[in-house]
Amino acid sequence: MTEKKKLRIATTSLAGCFGCHMSILDIDERLFPLLELVEFDRSPLTDIKHCGPCDIGLVEGGICNAENVHVLREFRKNCKVLIAIGACAINGGLPAQRNHLDLSSCLTEVYLTEPGLVHGHIPNDPELPLPLDKVHPLHEVVKIDYFIPGCPPSADAIWKFLTDLIAGKTPELGHGLIKYD
Amino acid sequence: MVHEAVSPSPRFLEPKDLSLLQQVLGHHANDSTKLLQILREVQEHLGFIPNAAVSFIAEALDIPRNRIESVASFYSFLHLRSQGTYRVLFSDNITDRMLGSQTLMERMCQQLWLQPGKVSEDGLLSIGTTSCTGMCDQGPAMLVNERAITKLTHQRIQEIGQLIRNRTPLNDWPADFFYVEDNIHRAGLILGNTMAYGEALQAGLTLGGAAIVDVVKRSGLRGRGGAGYPTGLKWEACRNAKGNQHYVVCNADEGEPGTFKDRVLLTRQADLVFEGMTLCALAVGAKQGFLYLRGEYRYLLDHLKGVLQRRRESNLLGVDILGQSGFDFDIEIHLGAGAYICGEESALIESLEGERGVPRNRPPFPVTQGYLQQPTALDNVETFCQAALAIHMGADKYSAIGTSKSTGSKLISVSGDCPRPGIYEYPFGVSVQEILNDCGAVNTRAVQISGPSGICIGEHEFGRKLGFEDLPTAGAFMVFDDSRDMFEVARNFVHFFAHESCGFCTPCRVGTSMLKQTMDKIAAGQGTHYDLAEVENLDHVLQTTSHCGLGRTACNPVLHTLKHFRPAYESRLKSLSFKPAFDLDGALARARQMTGRDDAGAHLKENE
Ligand SMILES: Cc1cc2nc3c(=O)[nH]c(=O)nc-3n(C[C@H](O)[C@H](O)[C@H](O)COP(=O)(O)O)c2cc1C
Ligand code: SF4
Ligand code: SF4
Repeated sequence: MTEKKKLRIATTSLAGCFGCHMSILDIDERLFPLLELVEFDRSPLTDIKHCGPCDIGLVEGGICNAENVHVLREFRKNCKVLIAIGACAINGGLPAQRNHLDLSSCLTEVYLTEPGLVHGHIPNDPELPLPLDKVHPLHEVVKIDYFIPGCPPSADAIWKFLTDLIAGKTPELGHGLIKYD
Repeated sequence: MVHEAVSPSPRFLEPKDLSLLQQVLGHHANDSTKLLQILREVQEHLGFIPNAAVSFIAEALDIPRNRIESVASFYSFLHLRSQGTYRVLFSDNITDRMLGSQTLMERMCQQLWLQPGKVSEDGLLSIGTTSCTGMCDQGPAMLVNERAITKLTHQRIQEIGQLIRNRTPLNDWPADFFYVEDNIHRAGLILGNTMAYGEALQAGLTLGGAAIVDVVKRSGLRGRGGAGYPTGLKWEACRNAKGNQHYVVCNADEGEPGTFKDRVLLTRQADLVFEGMTLCALAVGAKQGFLYLRGEYRYLLDHLKGVLQRRRESNLLGVDILGQSGFDFDIEIHLGAGAYICGEESALIESLEGERGVPRNRPPFPVTQGYLQQPTALDNVETFCQAALAIHMGADKYSAIGTSKSTGSKLISVSGDCPRPGIYEYPFGVSVQEILNDCGAVNTRAVQISGPSGICIGEHEFGRKLGFEDLPTAGAFMVFDDSRDMFEVARNFVHFFAHESCGFCTPCRVGTSMLKQTMDKIAAGQGTHYDLAEVENLDHVLQTTSHCGLGRTACNPVLHTLKHFRPAYESRLKSLSFKPAFDLDGALARARQMTGRDDAGAHLKENE
């Protein structure tokens, strides 16, 4: 039997908490059979800094700054299938709680008027990515092919989704893998 | 009634407010199923429902505070915080917009130094928008403290601004501001009827309950509220359903944008409406009836109460009606408070019970488990009129009118681009073109039949006929000529659905908002073919998984206009296959300003 070519997967966390990545790791010993089928490109697991051509991209977290936009675009450009994983990627999630605040007053409060700050100033080093005025879900910036809901999605849901995808099936998270409360 | 600048402190009630609360509660016998009516009346007097009033009502009705807050927050006309002594709401139907409502609203905001949706700092007023107020034939229209003002012009807006600045009580405003015309241009069976009060009822009494059901069944009458269910079958099912009490409910919520025929019926033919309800009561064995009147039609309340009182005095309502011993029936009017969903029958019943207007699971249908879980016959205003006529005329004569599957006449509310908007009554089977001719419409590009949830048809279809066989309609007929942008029409409707989604089920709550965002994205010139395809996907989700008809029809405006007027969408699209939903570089402007940066890293290209 000829060995099938391994699929290449890239993952990243943008405006997220790495909770979704922890959930990916939570597939535990199933990582071994997974590694029979796939290999990792850019990912916190590999420390590769830039994403090359991939089959699947998994993105955790929403878009809160200019760098997020660049990374997301790099993923879109390189991944055949791009997946938004978790509430932050799909809806903006927790970071989007700042959306009802004005960015200027946020920055002012954090860097200028917060008690205990002496000679505070708003960081303006070009090395730092500028924050967008609002946090956005991924699908408002690039086309997203699939969504795995949850905060974070369970390891079982991620496992089911990936194995379906690898097997060439349209992923279906049936009863029990999606929680509504 | 409107009171002057009353803003009770949020924590304490003044003695006069307290006695008012006691009066309102006493009037409703501390009955928690009357909660919505109680809240409405409190607000009518105080301008909003202060925190202390919430506590007071909670205690009096022995219900938790959060039930009151949850009900109050559901209805757009109820406020838990002051929205100003004068609450100005511009009707935001597409027909109002076509008559210039948006410019008028901008003017008024400028004149009074106000931002839409905000309360002025002195607490004097707020200006906002509301869904169609049913004055499409005499727009642009507005509500001030839930009272309808029609035919707005720049001059009128200016005068209203002055009156508000001078804090003139609403009752002292010029009466012609509040004048609502009937605009009947074609009368038929109903609007031309010459029956005396009680005549149809007398005919019904001679027949008796079972025979009434039989006549209505044989007449072929179908509901005029939209769904077209055979009225006779509904009454029969209700009559046969077991229960402690049977109820009759008249649906006068008339929320479908572009529809205003029930308003005219209640103005001109209130007796016929009540007569139909009384006949229904005789048929199903009900002692109590309700008329659920949309809050926008609050100005009709006194008139309707007067008619009811006269009917009581003439023994057409009350005990032993027309001398028939044991035939007791009376009608109570309940007011809605600005929620389109309350036109859906099970949501309406929830609202009648003083709850949030969230649609129930169906089945069981109201005929077996309706108001207070008892058998309830619920019909549209016009249906009751038609039923009274059918009973009076006899089934054979009635069913000879119209077409074989759509018997009788239909009231059409014509609005939009035509010189003679108003009410037209036709036998079913009339063609769209005939109506266009009658109302004088020229260069017509499209007609929206039966409101946003209905059907949009283009020129080549104007030969189609109104009726359940071809174009079913609840009565709205909005005309758009070739100067109109059908994309903007659809966008207005999509905003309407997103605003009116009751939020109970996720597909509709989220889906209607996503649809709105997609339409706004296309309007902003950021749309792509991908977005058009997404609308079709969304439609599939909404149609297959929504809990009620609102969600199931919410994509119709887009799908229909896409079918007939695709170029109106395509001309706005960017040719690329995907575009961000917002201006990326613009989204960094704030941060650039705050950091003083303008280097390359401080900018984002729209596309890479
Ligand atoms: C979202 C929604 C809104 C509705 N609004 C109204 C309305 O304003 N008036 C009305 O008579 N029927 C309305 N209906 C239809 C009612 O649910 C119900 O079918 C009708 O009142 C029954 O009366 P009929 O048999 O006389 O038509 C609405 C339905 C839905 C799903
Ligand atoms: S979805 Fe939840 S777990 Fe995932 S990044 Fe967001 S907050 Fe963290
Ligand atoms: S479909 Fe919309 S309006 Fe109907 S129950 Fe669901 S959320 Fe409410």
